[in-house]
Amino acid sequence: MRTHCPYCALQCGMAISVSGPEITITPRTDVPANAAGALCQKGWTAAELLTNGARLTSPLLHGRPVAWDVALDHVAGRLSAIRREHGPDGVAVFGGGGLTNEKAYLLGKFARVALGTSQIDYNGRFCMSSAAAASIRAFGMDRGMPFPVTDLAGADVVLLAGANPAETMPPFVRHLAGARLVVVDPRRTATARLAWLHLRPAPGTDLALALGLLHLAVAEDLVDVAYVEERTSGFDAVRTSLAAWWPERVERITGVPVPRMREAVRALAYAKNAYVLTGRGAEQHAQGTDTVTAFVNLALALGLPGRLGSGYGCLTGQGNGQGGREHGQKADQLPGYRRIDDPAARAHVAAVWGVEPDDLPGPGRSAFELLDALGTPAGPKAMLLFGSNPVVSAPDSARVAERIRSLDLLVVCDVVMSETAALADVVFPVTQWAEETGTMTNLEGRVLLRRRAVEPPPGVRSDLEVIAALARRLGHDFADEPGEVFDELRRASAGGPADYSGITYDRITGARVTGDRTRGGVSGREAGAGVFWPCPSPDHPGTPRPFLDAFATPDGRARFVPVEHRGPAEEIDDDYPVYLTTGRVLAHYQSGAQTRRIAPLAEAVPEPYVELHPDLAGRLDIGAGDLVRVVSRRGEGRGVARISDAIRSDTVFMPFHWEGTNRITNPALDPTSRMPEFKVCAVRVERVA
Amino acid sequence: MRLVVVGNGMAGARLVSEVRARDPRMPVTVFGAEQGRPYNRVLLSNVLAGQARPDQLGLVDLSWYDTHRVRAVLGGAVAWIDRESRAVHTADGRREPYDLLVLATGSEPIVPPIPGVERAIPFRTLDDCDRIVKTAADSRRAVVVGGGLLGVEAARGLAGRGLPVTLLHLAGHLMERQLDPEAGLVLGETLAALGVETRTGVSAAAVERDGVRLADGELVEGDLVVLACGVRPLTGLAAEAGLEVRRGVVVDDELRTDDPSIFAIGECAEHDGTVYGLVAPAWEQAAVAADVITGGKSRYRGSRLVTRLKASSVELAAMGETHLTDEHAEVVRFSHRARGTYRKLVIRDDRLVGAILLGDTDAVGTLTQLYDRGGPVPGDRAGLLFPGPASAARADSPTLMPDAARVCHCNNVTKGQIRACWEAGAKDVAGVAAATRATTGCGTCREAVAGIVGWLCEQEGVPA
Repeated sequence: MRTHCPYCALQCGMAISVSGPEITITPRTDVPANAAGALCQKGWTAAELLTNGARLTSPLLHGRPVAWDVALDHVAGRLSAIRREHGPDGVAVFGGGGLTNEKAYLLGKFARVALGTSQIDYNGRFCMSSAAAASIRAFGMDRGMPFPVTDLAGADVVLLAGANPAETMPPFVRHLAGARLVVVDPRRTATARLAWLHLRPAPGTDLALALGLLHLAVAEDLVDVAYVEERTSGFDAVRTSLAAWWPERVERITGVPVPRMREAVRALAYAKNAYVLTGRGAEQHAQGTDTVTAFVNLALALGLPGRLGSGYGCLTGQGNGQGGREHGQKADQLPGYRRIDDPAARAHVAAVWGVEPDDLPGPGRSAFELLDALGTPAGPKAMLLFGSNPVVSAPDSARVAERIRSLDLLVVCDVVMSETAALADVVFPVTQWAEETGTMTNLEGRVLLRRRAVEPPPGVRSDLEVIAALARRLGHDFADEPGEVFDELRRASAGGPADYSGITYDRITGARVTGDRTRGGVSGREAGAGVFWPCPSPDHPGTPRPFLDAFATPDGRARFVPVEHRGPAEEIDDDYPVYLTTGRVLAHYQSGAQTRRIAPLAEAVPEPYVELHPDLAGRLDIGAGDLVRVVSRRGEGRGVARISDAIRSDTVFMPFHWEGTNRITNPALDPTSRMPEFKVCAVRVERVA
Repeated sequence: MRLVVVGNGMAGARLVSEVRARDPRMPVTVFGAEQGRPYNRVLLSNVLAGQARPDQLGLVDLSWYDTHRVRAVLGGAVAWIDRESRAVHTADGRREPYDLLVLATGSEPIVPPIPGVERAIPFRTLDDCDRIVKTAADSRRAVVVGGGLLGVEAARGLAGRGLPVTLLHLAGHLMERQLDPEAGLVLGETLAALGVETRTGVSAAAVERDGVRLADGELVEGDLVVLACGVRPLTGLAAEAGLEVRRGVVVDDELRTDDPSIFAIGECAEHDGTVYGLVAPAWEQAAVAADVITGGKSRYRGSRLVTRLKASSVELAAMGETHLTDEHAEVVRFSHRARGTYRKLVIRDDRLVGAILLGDTDAVGTLTQLYDRGGPVPGDRAGLLFPGPASAARADSPTLMPDAARVCHCNNVTKGQIRACWEAGAKDVAGVAAATRATTGCGTCREAVAGIVGWLCEQEGVPA
């Protein structure tokens, strides 16, 4: 059965064959993301997710197995009681960027229609919100990569700001093989090792670096004046703001030598085809939106976005990190990437849902603010959680866990007993990836179909079935069959920025979309999988490159926005003299709930670790393999010391796949995107005696 | 609370925007002596060198003042301060009352009192810069008087325009406040290769039609003469108002003068005995003063000085106490004059207290941050001077690689596993890939795997 990988946003194509108890995975070659037949270790070992025996197979009520009806009746009864006592906003819903489009959509509808609550958000707030906010501000639309991944093959230079695809999505690196890479990262990551030029800014200073690069582009007359004139607005204000960001000042803030900045800008400007790509390293900051904006400004000044063969894009992280941010599980949003405070959007979606526009709630709290309000006098008293594990993945996670514990009712849908599920009053065991059908929108904005390839274990139901069953008990009739839900999503998205109305399961899998490549068509070979949104009608070919003619702003021009570097929300000082930065390792995924249970992956990286520079280790008398405690103002985490000169001597790195790392991180939020500052905080480091 | 700012240069303009960022409503009036919008003086050297246009220097657009409700009085000099009634008066009779006043009057270039000096052009303002550039266009040779930071940048800039330049300096070596003699010498040699002839230990006696007459009677030819002889704080306004003035207007940690309603920042201010002449301290002071003015509790504790030359093909950074010798500090030095390279670290109590870096090096970023933060210096001093991957290059040779070395990161495959798989019969990359999945992720280890397979085949005499 042809399907896609359960993990990251690259959504590599894979085929699953079942022979008795044996499940075999082979890479597909008809999906552009991994057309070379590539997979990383996570993909190759994904079948173990289906067979490793770690599955939940019965609903649990206060830890004891119960029948489905008992658990569902209990939850519905408690939800009704809590709503009666505390009003609709007494119940919160928390979703995830790994959920299919169908689930994300139905979850949003369930919250707004069945529960009537405004209190819904999802873990994608912790991933893509800064890039999304910056893209909407600049281009009027957020489609992570507004071009097919295969376009990158023609690039001469690619700047990767805070992105580490060699670790996070290895097959993606093959698309960069022909380009000189300029990598911006405080660490010499697996990706930085492939770089032609590696710029190593101090944590939290990417924004200053981007301003310095743009200053140089202006000073050295590298700006594409005709493009700026024809396709953008607002450049003058940005140009003025740059006078304060001369390269020598930026060097002092970032630690990146001026000559290296010059080389980077010249390489980008002199390239025939160039791309600027951002990742979480640049985005997960309290100034993440402005940081992305600064890199977008650089790309615009050099005339890259909306031009065939060049552009700006962000590398989406979670499997459905793109689709998950389009269809209404976000606090301020309705399906089709509509705004919940837009009266026309409310009218359209309300009509599809058969309710009055005035009955739809308004915008709710953002993810961290929502979690932080749980169980407080003004906050929700119950939460339904799908596809997320905030006890591990939220910033300042000890505080979040405490808030979750204070709930009157926590309901978790999961595949395994995650750290958060372990706190739940009710756990519903649900189907996963290869056991169910649904669409995923990958990092290119290409809508893909994951198909059911194996029988789910007895006793589990799909998230859609759980949502619909609860809705029914609350007096609402929801579809729970994926195809039916998708058809409803298509109608709800029609006319919105992320318009899926012309996309069908048949088109996704069988589509042979042709067209003039230069005008946004894709070649036959690329058309083997998926349809690019927006796709407003069944005969529309989809839109691989939405910005070639115009940007999605009212006047069709991309917007320059002046931004200023402010620095990390928490600076190092005498008590907490070292920066902590966090990130992923290849063998694990997100909160590790899946990958930590897979033997070869657990063997590859068995435990949390702390990467530190030999100078720092020497000063703290820490040897390789020592148990190390990393302490911030909020809490501490532990890991085994790994000593490496790949990290700056003022910084330590911890992967975030285990409980602990996020007890340390700082929940300072970006004013626009409400993204927490995962990527930098001040810590002290000690050897555990 | 009415705020009046006198001076709209780097310090004053910064203060105004810092105040506005913190308090959108406070009534603010700023007086600027120059007509146009405030501009970045640091970048004047780039304009002189033809590497920036004057219109790229503006720090704010004039429309900013309207949209941010700041009253800007430009081209109007403040004549006196009436502390009694708390108001400033302009020469043309305008009276502006204040509750708080900030003096950011900056400094003026020192013009040596020598005959004919009016023929020379000081290098201080955008107008000066404009005059220099215009004159340079019709000149055959230039003379720059003063071999400090600004003089060196001006000389380099003019040389970059194709003019032969002679740089005259009174002290024994260039930039003697920031550099030790050897660094000054290496800098001079670097400049020489770029068309700047340096004459140190000379004093200008007169500026004549054909050039500069030295004290010993020699004429250094040049039809353009630029003065870069340092600056003097502009403190007249403060002194006449009876504020305490030493070299600059004396301020405390809140940047307040001895009149609590009057602040002073930037090059006109003297804090803890120091008058700073660089922009970074001025901006730090502006941020602190803005915070105090808007009710914050910030304090200014002095600035660490990093001098970074802006001259193309001359990479120079100097910071802190560069003159300390081995008797008083630990000094690490590397000199390679033939390459224009000179690096020096001054370390005391395990802290970097000074450094000179001449010639392109990635060390500049690390050392600047180490100096700024006062963090402990790593034991490996040489590694600080010569950054780069300290660990040996990856053991790419299959022979040297230990069996435990991970060859394929994406699929966690070691050399030992490849060897085992080869021994089990997989004699080519495709076979190894099928058995171990090595090379099937990002693909960048393909060469390494091919190398190992080839080496194994070679060892065993199997045709690869």
